[in-house]
Amino acid sequence: MVTFSNIVKYAWLVPLLPFAGFLIIIFFSRLLKGKSSGIIASALISLSFLISLLMFFAQSDSAVKSITLNIFSWLDVGALKIPFELLIDPLSLNMMLIVSGVGLLIHVFSIGYMLHDERFNTFFAYMNLFSASMLLLVMGANYLILFMGWEGVGLCSYLLIGFWFKNDLYNLAARKAFVMNRIGDLGFILGIILLFFTFRTLNFSGVFAQLSAFTPNNSTIVIITLLLLVGALGKSAQIPLFTWLPDAMAGPTPVSALIHAATMVTAGIYLIARSSLLFNLAPFTLDIILAIGLITALFAATIGIYQNDIKKVLAYSTVSQLGYMFIALGLGVYSSAIFHLTTHAFFKALLFLGAGSIIHALSGEQDIRKMGGLKKKLPITFLTFLIATLAISGFPPFSGFFSKDEILMAAFARNPLIYVLGLFGALMTCFYMFRLLFLVFYNQFRGTPEQESHIHESPALISVPLIILAILSVVGGFLNFPEIFGGKAAQANFLSVSLTNYASNAGHMAVSTEWILMAVSVLFLLFIVAFAYNRFIKQKMLPAGDEIPLAFIPKLLSNKYYVDELYNWLIVMPYTALSEKVFPKMELNIIDKTVNSFGEYTMWLGEKVRRIQAGNISFYVFAMVTGVIFFIIINLYF
Amino acid sequence: MKDMSVALKFIPLDHYVLLCIILFSIGVLGVLYRRNTIIIIMCIELMLNSVNLLLTAFSVYHSDPTGQIFVFFIMVVAAAEVAVGLAILVMMKRNIDSVDINLLSRLKW
Repeated sequence: MVTFSNIVKYAWLVPLLPFAGFLIIIFFSRLLKGKSSGIIASALISLSFLISLLMFFAQSDSAVKSITLNIFSWLDVGALKIPFELLIDPLSLNMMLIVSGVGLLIHVFSIGYMLHDERFNTFFAYMNLFSASMLLLVMGANYLILFMGWEGVGLCSYLLIGFWFKNDLYNLAARKAFVMNRIGDLGFILGIILLFFTFRTLNFSGVFAQLSAFTPNNSTIVIITLLLLVGALGKSAQIPLFTWLPDAMAGPTPVSALIHAATMVTAGIYLIARSSLLFNLAPFTLDIILAIGLITALFAATIGIYQNDIKKVLAYSTVSQLGYMFIALGLGVYSSAIFHLTTHAFFKALLFLGAGSIIHALSGEQDIRKMGGLKKKLPITFLTFLIATLAISGFPPFSGFFSKDEILMAAFARNPLIYVLGLFGALMTCFYMFRLLFLVFYNQFRGTPEQESHIHESPALISVPLIILAILSVVGGFLNFPEIFGGKAAQANFLSVSLTNYASNAGHMAVSTEWILMAVSVLFLLFIVAFAYNRFIKQKMLPAGDEIPLAFIPKLLSNKYYVDELYNWLIVMPYTALSEKVFPKMELNIIDKTVNSFGEYTMWLGEKVRRIQAGNISFYVFAMVTGVIFFIIINLYF
Repeated sequence: MKDMSVALKFIPLDHYVLLCIILFSIGVLGVLYRRNTIIIIMCIELMLNSVNLLLTAFSVYHSDPTGQIFVFFIMVVAAAEVAVGLAILVMMKRNIDSVDINLLSRLKW
């Protein structure tokens, strides 16, 4: 049996293998024909998954739960000492298993999904690079390595959103995602700098060890946590930096599943959970996180109700679910946030892959108004999609029920109003998910007859990952089976080594209250499903076509509250106007002129001096001898 | 051998230095003012040998053989250099039928 301390020595292979895959595929792109690059990429990521799994099992037998693996001394300049270290502890193992496990399934799915794309190899190179960066992000033992992975995943996100770069709109979406993330990253960088100046180290353990010297709500800690929060807001698509995520659906569907649902967008949640001790000292920041999470969860859910693009619905649903994780973080129950992150990774990846399977079957159609009646034709996709819908809506015993319930219980313990708002959001989630399900799979097919004749269940490469994810979506809740059902809250105990939940919210409620709240939420959910059933199956209501004018609220919601327009008016337009004003003065008169006159002066000088080069050897030798004599004289007399 | 170096020391070092300066200057001026490539190569050899002479003289006066060993290296390099120089000269004669250095000015601006 391998021991934990032995297997951890190979932890560096986990991010390195996918990175090697990236290098292999990008450099030997021309030699790799057919599915080979997809197979290489999947094989390497599965090795990473295997190592992570081995480490997980070795760790559960071991008394030591957390090991820091020093790989080499990276930066060592004066007071700045940053070793390249990996931290293998329950939290990073949890994340590694999600990233490599879900990543593996999505890689396999992509082999089937992207097979006919002309840039098949490049796609897998980027996917592997993404996996490597994400694994580095969750394994780094200090903030700088975390940041390195953070930037890596941002880059891959940009590359993959703009993967079909021949479409200008997709390029704009990629650029938008990148710029929005940069705003968040700036906050993160400032946070790291301030961390270093405060603690003189960037190691997690080093920072947390010094925290006892600070009182709660110490202004420095609050500023640091707020800056880290800005980074998390950008990456995890929370208000006010959320508008990039729905646009990011321009990328291929597996990308949406892996990067923009299951893993990358959870990096912000990981960052805050990892810094739980830091955030516990800043209750002020926690309250802000709570408020942002709550607003985002509701805001995005309302938009989701009126979207007609299957991927847009799921995108707003992701934003909303990330809002739930932020609520959990804001309440200080970090383990619940990670629990919801885990189950969300399963069912949201499944939803996106299911959507991919549908889009694949309909040869590119994404508008739910043109779908319908797919239940018989895509039985596997339907069944897995149904499971994911039940899971995300929070029906027991599917995984989403347990994770969402944990967050709502913590909210109730803090303040019943937060619980009510959270439950309201959950009901909206249920509504738009069942709206999607009913519109896509029930009634009659509404597309063209030509599309109808093409519909086929996807090949095994696509359907097997769906089935595995569906199983995980069903049983995922038992990872952290709550005590009230006789479980042991296994994941929360597992994570307790790395996470410290905020003390004031730890108070337990009476068991009866908990039962009543669960019953209430399930009853409401059933009511919502009945409502959606009545509306979309019995009455066969359809979302209105684009040309029909809408009433005020539907119009507001289907236009996403005009947030994009607001940002455009508030930031982009003044900036463009300013640039146009400054361009002729600054750019043309000062910068261009300076640069150009350097060039012109050099040309003028060359014109004068070139006459010396007359081709007369005697003259050259003469110049040389005079020069030598000149320097000898200088040496002798000065 | 010892007698030889004693005999050499009868001539003051100044004389050697002066002779070498004269030889070297003749070499430099030859390179500067002559147009015939053969003469220029000969002048370069003159400069090299004046330096060799000086090295030997100092070597004897300091009773340090390093200088004399160094001279052998210079001779070898000089021989190689002459071989290359003469080869260039032959090619020059074949191509432009002349050894006038001033005719080789095609690479000017």
